[in-house]
Amino acid sequence: GRARPSHSEPRGRDGRDWEEEEELWHQLYPGHIPTSPLQKALLAAGSAVMALYDPYRHDMVAVLGETTGCLALPNLRDKMKNHPEGYRILQERPCIRLSTLDMARLQGLPDGSLGREYVRFLEDNKVSPDTRMPPKFVDDEELAYVIQRYREVHDLMHTLLGMPTNMLGEVVVKWFEAVQTGLPMCVLGAAFGPVRLSTRKLQVLATELVPWAIRSGLNASCVLNIYYEQRWEQPVESLREELGIFPPP
Amino acid sequence: MAVGLCRCCCRALLARPAGALRALRGLAAGPETHFGFQTVTEEERREKIYQVFESVAKKYDVMNDSMTLGIHRVWKDILMHKMNPSPGTLLLDVAGGTGDIAFRFINYVRSVWERQLQRKLKNHQNLSWQEIFESYQKDKFNSLGNSQVVVCDINREMLKVGKQKAQHLGYTEGLSWVLGNAEELPFDDDAFDAYTIAFGIRNVTRIDLALQEAYRVLKPGGRFLCLEFSHVSNPLLSRLYDLYSFQVIPVLGEVIAGDWKSYQYLVESIRRFPPQEELKAMIEDAGFFKVDYENLNFGIVAIHSGFKL
Repeated sequence: GRARPSHSEPRGRDGRDWEEEEELWHQLYPGHIPTSPLQKALLAAGSAVMALYDPYRHDMVAVLGETTGCLALPNLRDKMKNHPEGYRILQERPCIRLSTLDMARLQGLPDGSLGREYVRFLEDNKVSPDTRMPPKFVDDEELAYVIQRYREVHDLMHTLLGMPTNMLGEVVVKWFEAVQTGLPMCVLGAAFGPVRLSTRKLQVLATELVPWAIRSGLNASCVLNIYYEQRWEQPVESLREELGIFPPP
Repeated sequence: MAVGLCRCCCRALLARPAGALRALRGLAAGPETHFGFQTVTEEERREKIYQVFESVAKKYDVMNDSMTLGIHRVWKDILMHKMNPSPGTLLLDVAGGTGDIAFRFINYVRSVWERQLQRKLKNHQNLSWQEIFESYQKDKFNSLGNSQVVVCDINREMLKVGKQKAQHLGYTEGLSWVLGNAEELPFDDDAFDAYTIAFGIRNVTRIDLALQEAYRVLKPGGRFLCLEFSHVSNPLLSRLYDLYSFQVIPVLGEVIAGDWKSYQYLVESIRRFPPQEELKAMIEDAGFFKVDYENLNFGIVAIHSGFKL
């Protein structure tokens, strides 16, 4: 359902209890902060500037995604709904979290399998699936799940594309995601991310990596339609073929 | 008719089940009060406010500058000029957290003291060079003329930030940092010449108790000064102020400090705080005389003043 934006002053001391319930009624999911269109616009602008100014503010990238995704997210959700596996994901709402992953089992899987490579990726880059920000400013509970799923799948994208979490790797993944999802945040990240790269890296980016990422993104089916939790044993190569991602350069 | 009934059902279904629990807890945890626009017990309010300031402490000064576009510095300067402390004053700055008032106090008394010293020297130009040198020795370790400020705050994080700032800015003498609760100060009666509380009294749960404590620790003749957000009576300005407060400030909180909720609490708590006249009455109830207030920026901020006689 849709939410109403947050209001200003209470309507008088006796209206207090009524309006406290109103406030709760606005909250569509835990962590949801209802915002007015003006607030969303300000947030989008502010988070864009802050994300560029301080690339370590991952929360700002997240906020930018949420406030600008009002067209792309329903699109993604519909793509998921119209695909059998994607539809199942929307129904079952799986989460990729350290508490839900059996790390020991994944580590025991053969090299080259999705589970083993994913764990290797997490260890090599010293990241954890639990550091993803939960959505706050999406005014629809199902779309909030879609963006959360997108964030959780992002690390798997790194694994599938074979890209590390440095600035260069992130930009390449953003190009891929921009083509795949159409999220304005990905487009902006892809366009402005390279600003902070050296010329040598920019060259590699422009000549090899970006064209490959774009071609793969266009060719591949929607990455959100894969129930990754049920495919840990599948070899990465085979999953790449199934999706339509070309081998990395 | 049916829709209305359905709406009522929905509201009832979506109401937080803890409502009933809270009513039971209320019997144990104390009377109800407000936290922004929410209703909570006094115990919950104290906890929540502690958490707010614990989380904003590091970005407190940056946020103040961005939210008020630097104008908060002017307000604090005006407060200090109104106090017009003379060297030798012992000031208690409650909820003084990051030290803004304390540093201004030190700067003020230092410049007054230096001017006094200069005047003294000018009047004594027939002294021998030996006598002038000796007078320097006497005043060397006394650059503030024996003025002292005690910064008292309930929140450890805020005090930590304040101490770091003091070190960074080079404030070494005349400052003390004490952890304490405005509703129950750890000081003796009749101890201070002046008491200030800048943007702090709004966060106190029992304002009446804080005012009583202020009265207690002040010396007879001592002055109480409170700088706080207040109510704007001009209707047009009030609308603009509300728009800015509710639309822009939480966004600034999210972008700069990564903390929407604390700044939402801030703007809500300003609306909940008693207006100028009501606060004046509360200060008089605590026993202060010659209570008066001065509006700054059309009532966005007000300075209340009172004397213990």
